Amino acid sequence: MTPLIEIDGLSKSYPGVRANEDVRFSIAPGEVHALLGENGAGKSTLVKMIYGLVRPDAGTMRLRGEPYAPPRPSVARERGVAMVFQHFSLFDALDVAENVALGMENPPPMRALAKRIREVSEEYGLPLDPARLVGDLSAGERQRVEIVRCLLQDPKLLIMDEPTSVLTPQEVEILFRTLRQLSAEGTAILYISHKLEEIRALCDGATILRRGRVVGSCAPREKTARELAEMMVGQTLTPPARAERARGPIALEAAMLDLDSPNPFGVGLRGVSFQVRQGEILGVAGVAGNGQDELLLALSGEIRSPTDAVRIDGHGVGHLGPVARRRLGLVAAPEERLGHAAAPDMSLTENALLSGGPRRGLVARGLIDWAKTRIFAREIVEQYDVRTPGIEVAARSLSGGNLQKFVIGRELSQDPSVVVVNQPTWGVDAAAAAAIRQALLDRAAAGAAVVVISQDLDELLEVADLFAALNGGRMTKPRPTQGLTVDEIGLMMGGAHGMEEAHAHHA
Amino acid sequence: MLITLEKRPTPSRGWAIATPVLAVILTMIAGGVMFALLGKNPVEAIRTIFWDPLFNPDVASYSRPQLLVKAAPLILIATGLSLGFRAGIWNIGAEGQYIMGAICGAAAGLALYPLEARWIVFPLMILAGALGGLLWAMIPAILRTRFRTNEILVSLLLVYVAQALMASMALGALRNPEGGGFPGSRNLSQWPAAANGELVANTGLHWGVIAAILAVIAAEFLLRRHILGFDIRLTGLAPRAARFAGVNPDRLILLCMGISGALAGLAGLFEVAGPAGQISIDFASGYGFTAIIVAFLGRLSPVGILLAGLLMALTYIGGELAQFMLSLPSAAIQAFQGMLLFFLLAVDVLSNYRIRLATKGAA
Repeated sequence: MTPLIEIDGLSKSYPGVRANEDVRFSIAPGEVHALLGENGAGKSTLVKMIYGLVRPDAGTMRLRGEPYAPPRPSVARERGVAMVFQHFSLFDALDVAENVALGMENPPPMRALAKRIREVSEEYGLPLDPARLVGDLSAGERQRVEIVRCLLQDPKLLIMDEPTSVLTPQEVEILFRTLRQLSAEGTAILYISHKLEEIRALCDGATILRRGRVVGSCAPREKTARELAEMMVGQTLTPPARAERARGPIALEAAMLDLDSPNPFGVGLRGVSFQVRQGEILGVAGVAGNGQDELLLALSGEIRSPTDAVRIDGHGVGHLGPVARRRLGLVAAPEERLGHAAAPDMSLTENALLSGGPRRGLVARGLIDWAKTRIFAREIVEQYDVRTPGIEVAARSLSGGNLQKFVIGRELSQDPSVVVVNQPTWGVDAAAAAAIRQALLDRAAAGAAVVVISQDLDELLEVADLFAALNGGRMTKPRPTQGLTVDEIGLMMGGAHGMEEAHAHHA
Repeated sequence: MLITLEKRPTPSRGWAIATPVLAVILTMIAGGVMFALLGKNPVEAIRTIFWDPLFNPDVASYSRPQLLVKAAPLILIATGLSLGFRAGIWNIGAEGQYIMGAICGAAAGLALYPLEARWIVFPLMILAGALGGLLWAMIPAILRTRFRTNEILVSLLLVYVAQALMASMALGALRNPEGGGFPGSRNLSQWPAAANGELVANTGLHWGVIAAILAVIAAEFLLRRHILGFDIRLTGLAPRAARFAGVNPDRLILLCMGISGALAGLAGLFEVAGPAGQISIDFASGYGFTAIIVAFLGRLSPVGILLAGLLMALTYIGGELAQFMLSLPSAAIQAFQGMLLFFLLAVDVLSNYRIRLATKGAA
């Protein structure tokens, strides 16, 4: 059988980086093929070449035996190649059908389109109402809009970039059923993910990329997740060490925390209550946009609340700002590194001062002690293995993983008694992610109360002692992580959006 | 071949210093072309603007002191504005605060007329001048923090209110009772207790110049060493990171508007008690608006503003000289000054971006 797509010797260089070098593999019709690799391994560049967003420097592709060199995505779509991006390109203020129409070359009349959307979504088990506003949809439903948009073009090859990062386990199941159905009908799927268990469950074949080159291929079902990870990283991985930790008194407490989101399409918090003891890690799961950002802002002090809604060591701090809370021992690391946790155009030294002032004594009577600040910055860079040419470079010149290590390092080096982090390893390579998780565990072992907000369930199961989920701004009662089943976790996270009437309570 | 701009990972320090110089050179070239098209000798015109005011023996004795007289208010106002601009707080109404400083300072002094105790009258006028500017700036500041109004609009519109107030003062409350009914207050520069005269003869050095230098030093220190200066820079560069750091945005607005208002008020007081001499209908001369250009010409850095203020003053004096000696139209001089700002903003891109020649297709 001729392969659906054959990739032969594709290379692409950017100034200073070889993103892809002599990449070759092929996908058969109906095959679900995984593209595995760490961040920066060249997966994105490769799929962008296949989708016509980037022109290769060298190499050729053949689609169903015919030469294929798409100069732009519209040509790729005409030839039957479709792609669902990790970040959605949807307009909140338009409805589903309008959003789908915007992505089409020649959209049919709205009525006909709405009918087609309903047919396709039913056929593939992706419930979707064409008349709903995208701004009101959950992340999973938004993804369905993107998928349905692709399916309307009747693709032969569907590229999916990290599709499950925003889904609950139940939603992942629905998506997989759809993908298997597509595969059975002969549509090939190129599936990019770093979630190895998913790849083992779904994919027939896998190509592994490291530093732009193909370093191996395998049938994922025949390998363990650990073996796949080691092929990806090229080294043996050690799981984080979890020392037995002594639990102290309650260090951080939220009591019926209510607040409105500062963001018009954001989700406010409703009656969030929890307690974290010294030496304990609370993991907060949930699909993005269910109040995670708001929870971090409320705990860090960027959004104020009634005095007793947030307590540190028993003292009500809800009315205090970030500086006062830092003095009391609470440090925080928001999700967005550039622009929130760090100022992109400032040097690492200045970024060290950004939150390190109060606890490290970098400012005395209003005067900045730059010598001390530089020592602090250097200490973070050394202890947390931040790869940077120096501490005077702008924060934006660091890679995502290195900047994240800097941010986490900056907060953890302040001898905190309470740590709150949101998405600590988002977009960070496996080695850096492991280092960050280990640092959080070490901090808890040193007696800090830690709250880890994350969409990565594996991460939470790895580090958290207590597990809770945020859904529509409400938080479930924290339960011990040990002994939780995936089904229970899924139910805590709110189940599958759109599959049941239960989620209509967010008024 | 395609010219593309590539963002530098770290802004270039070398270019940050070189771009203002490059902008001045480009202005000279483009301005020279314009003067040539107007039928004037471009070299002579440029020399008249940049060289003669300082070194031509026929005119320098008059124009050299003017340099400090004109530069001082520009530097004083621009230094204050630059703090707010760095934090993304746009006080466009320094002209109004400058006028209110002059009115309040002059009124405080005139209330004591003809007291001869300079140590009471002059300090009181300085204080009233600064306070007048500060309070005028508090109107847009408080409206912004309380009601989220746009400080650009409010501060700008208040300029016209201040101008109307100035006219009414010159015709009414502050009119010289011995002035034979002519509009305008008593001449403060002829009243020793209130005069802001030259401290050293024929240099143009007056108290406003000293205040400007002190303001530059204080602002430089604030931005380099003080946490407040850090907060200002952080708020401008990354507002969300500033909130994360714990900066209170409303407090920063009040502070930056207050400082810039007070400095503009001071500039107004020193002007009304010295070079201008009196409250009059045409007192406002646009220093408050020109200072915005000076602030950007100086890269929003205090030392840069010091140099930019002197340069701007030079083009004003030189421009007047060129009008007078070469009969260049005043519109041409204004266009020349406009070119300076245009080139300055245009070349600024070089400190953050690098120009690359790329072959087509390698998108």
